[in-house]
Amino acid sequence: MAETSSAPEPEIQYASLAHQGETAEIGIWAFLSTEILFFGGMFLVYALYRQAFPIGFAEGSKDTKFIIGTVNLFILLTSSFTMAWAVELAGTEARRALTVLLLVTAALGLIFIGLKGFEYYEDVWIDHDFPGIIFPMSKPDARANELFWLLYWMLTGLHAVHLSIGVGLVLTFAHRAWRGAYIRYGKPIEILGYYWTFVDLMWVVLWTLIYLPGRNI
Amino acid sequence: MTVPALPELTPVPELAPVTAVENYLTDDMSLRSWLFTLDHKRIGILFIITLTLFFFIGGAAAALIRIDLIDPAGLAPPALYNRMFTAHGILMVWFFLLPIIPAGLGNFVLPLMIGAHDVAFPRLNLMSWYILAISGGLAFAAIFIGGLDTGWTFYEPFTADFTNGHVIMALAAVFLSGFSSISTGLNFIVTTHRLRAPGMTWYRLPVFVWTIYATSVIFVLATPVLAATLLMSAVQRFLHVGVFDPALGGDPILFQHLFWFYSHPAVYIMILPGMGVVSELIPCFARKPLFGYEFVVWSSIGLAIIGFLVWGHHMFVAGISVYSALVFSMMSFFVAVPSAIKVFNWTATLHDGWISFDAPMLYALGFVILFTIGGLTGLFVATLGFDEYVHDTYFVIAHFHYIMVGGMVSAFFGGLHYWWPKMTGRLYNEWWARIAALLIFFGFNLTFFPQFILGYLGMPRRLYAYPPEWQFWNVLSSAGAAVLAVAYALPLFYLGWSLFRGERAGPNPWGATGLEWQTPSPPPKHNFETTPIVTRGPYQYTPEPIPQNA
Repeated sequence: MAETSSAPEPEIQYASLAHQGETAEIGIWAFLSTEILFFGGMFLVYALYRQAFPIGFAEGSKDTKFIIGTVNLFILLTSSFTMAWAVELAGTEARRALTVLLLVTAALGLIFIGLKGFEYYEDVWIDHDFPGIIFPMSKPDARANELFWLLYWMLTGLHAVHLSIGVGLVLTFAHRAWRGAYIRYGKPIEILGYYWTFVDLMWVVLWTLIYLPGRNI
Repeated sequence: MTVPALPELTPVPELAPVTAVENYLTDDMSLRSWLFTLDHKRIGILFIITLTLFFFIGGAAAALIRIDLIDPAGLAPPALYNRMFTAHGILMVWFFLLPIIPAGLGNFVLPLMIGAHDVAFPRLNLMSWYILAISGGLAFAAIFIGGLDTGWTFYEPFTADFTNGHVIMALAAVFLSGFSSISTGLNFIVTTHRLRAPGMTWYRLPVFVWTIYATSVIFVLATPVLAATLLMSAVQRFLHVGVFDPALGGDPILFQHLFWFYSHPAVYIMILPGMGVVSELIPCFARKPLFGYEFVVWSSIGLAIIGFLVWGHHMFVAGISVYSALVFSMMSFFVAVPSAIKVFNWTATLHDGWISFDAPMLYALGFVILFTIGGLTGLFVATLGFDEYVHDTYFVIAHFHYIMVGGMVSAFFGGLHYWWPKMTGRLYNEWWARIAALLIFFGFNLTFFPQFILGYLGMPRRLYAYPPEWQFWNVLSSAGAAVLAVAYALPLFYLGWSLFRGERAGPNPWGATGLEWQTPSPPPKHNFETTPIVTRGPYQYTPEPIPQNA
């Protein structure tokens, strides 16, 4: 550990480590803006079709697993808390605490993915809500209902991909944190935190779009 | 107008003459060192080589289109014809025009121009090339194993239900290529913000950097929307669920909105960098500062912004409301303002200049003329009434080829010739280069001007056959395409020859200003021995001939 606890050298194109860190920060913001527009395209499609087919979307949403989705919401919010805590500890001597917080964050992410997988299992094998492959056309307003479920699968699927990448990154960073890589230079953890919080935030939006419509019918 | 006199301070320190200094090419000659390089200059070269390959494949498809149209009945089978124009569109748009100047030339010169040692994220830069090479390979494979006939626009519901080509594979290729665009754009935005050398203020940046910056913003903000759209298209085709398919409850117009929300700004990705190159060439070969630098800069940013607000002009006859069509028409007219500012400023730069007609300058002048024709005919098609008449005809084809091929490809060749000595350390044969430049200009006009007439006469695009009375113009156009094919192939030979036999170039063969010329040709591995300190604005030219053997 002793040999890695010194501050790393900046890459050749940077004047200093601080310069490198600030640059990475602009980079992650630019990246998140592109991510927002990626999800944004689908949100637009969702918004237009929900406007066009309010009944079908409400009926579709009624069949989503509200409990699992909501539990997952709290799990991800908690993971963002541990992630934010980790960002606070990055760049300090608290190597052990940083590692533990990152591991807890990753574990919460994995629990989310596990619950989501269970939800997917129920969607497909119990309720047959997979458009195009297995979907009961006897459902009310079946075409619009199916469209809702298609957007459900695409949005939550993309979110799950993002989250899985996030878990992989957090685990990698936890390994490095254990070896003392972030004692002198904590910026990478902060950048990781931006990404993790973004993925969490997307779930807050998705949760309202997917689980809430039609709860009162 | 005179440019505000900037204090003539100590220039960048003179650098060692090009002797046996290790440069970025000779540093490590192994193939492995190229495939795993993080050097922006090598990555730029990798892009240029890869994209040139796709350019010639896309060009071959265009050649088949023009051969087919020699005969009114069509020489190729209709299905093949449809696959050829689709292949041409997909390869040329996504695997040549979009990335060639930003990721190719831009990668090489942008960090040099701002006095940086590399881009901000070199690994991301290399990843961008790999993604582009893989996605391009995938697109080529989709075309090679049977192709698709959707056109490059993948319009719905045709793409969903009525075609049997390798659509999903092509959609995947384009989807994937978007990650390359985003990576490159993100890298350049951050690089321009953070890695400018001391003293390199925003208003001292060469216009090329500004235009690449504007382009990068479009890359980052527009590409993800295309990605989402194509993903939905592919899923729809795979699962037969109606996102855009009206038979299944979807809305095909929505697809067009989303597609053009990306693809219209993408048109500006295909012209802004060209404008940047030309803004470098004209001051250098007219030996004058760029006229109205701030106006050229802000008109570039203006184009990038207005570019996001005009997508509806592709849909005038698609069934959008007449009121939104009016607004889109008006917004499209606004595009003419920044475009005209640029053309006037380039012209004013030429005025009273010490003009020399070297090959890069010939390309730059060709660009200005062809871009002006393409831009003015853009006003024609932005007019609702006229567009109803010429929509989906060869008039539109001619219009956008004047911008994309006449403009962008000319600018690419101009830039390639201009920076060739910097990239390779060799000079090319000036006479052959001038002949090629003139041939491209001549061949281009012969190919595409008749298409304006054909479009005006009513010849629809995307059809393999046509009434015999239009044969004259079609044969002219095909003859022009043959000239163009020769002209595009010429640089392969004389530039290739110069690689091995060309005269050694000095650090600054054009007597140009700009930091990229202050470093040896070819530049050392990390661009500058010491980080340059910038004390003056760009284009500080004096009206005298280009110094020889600089």
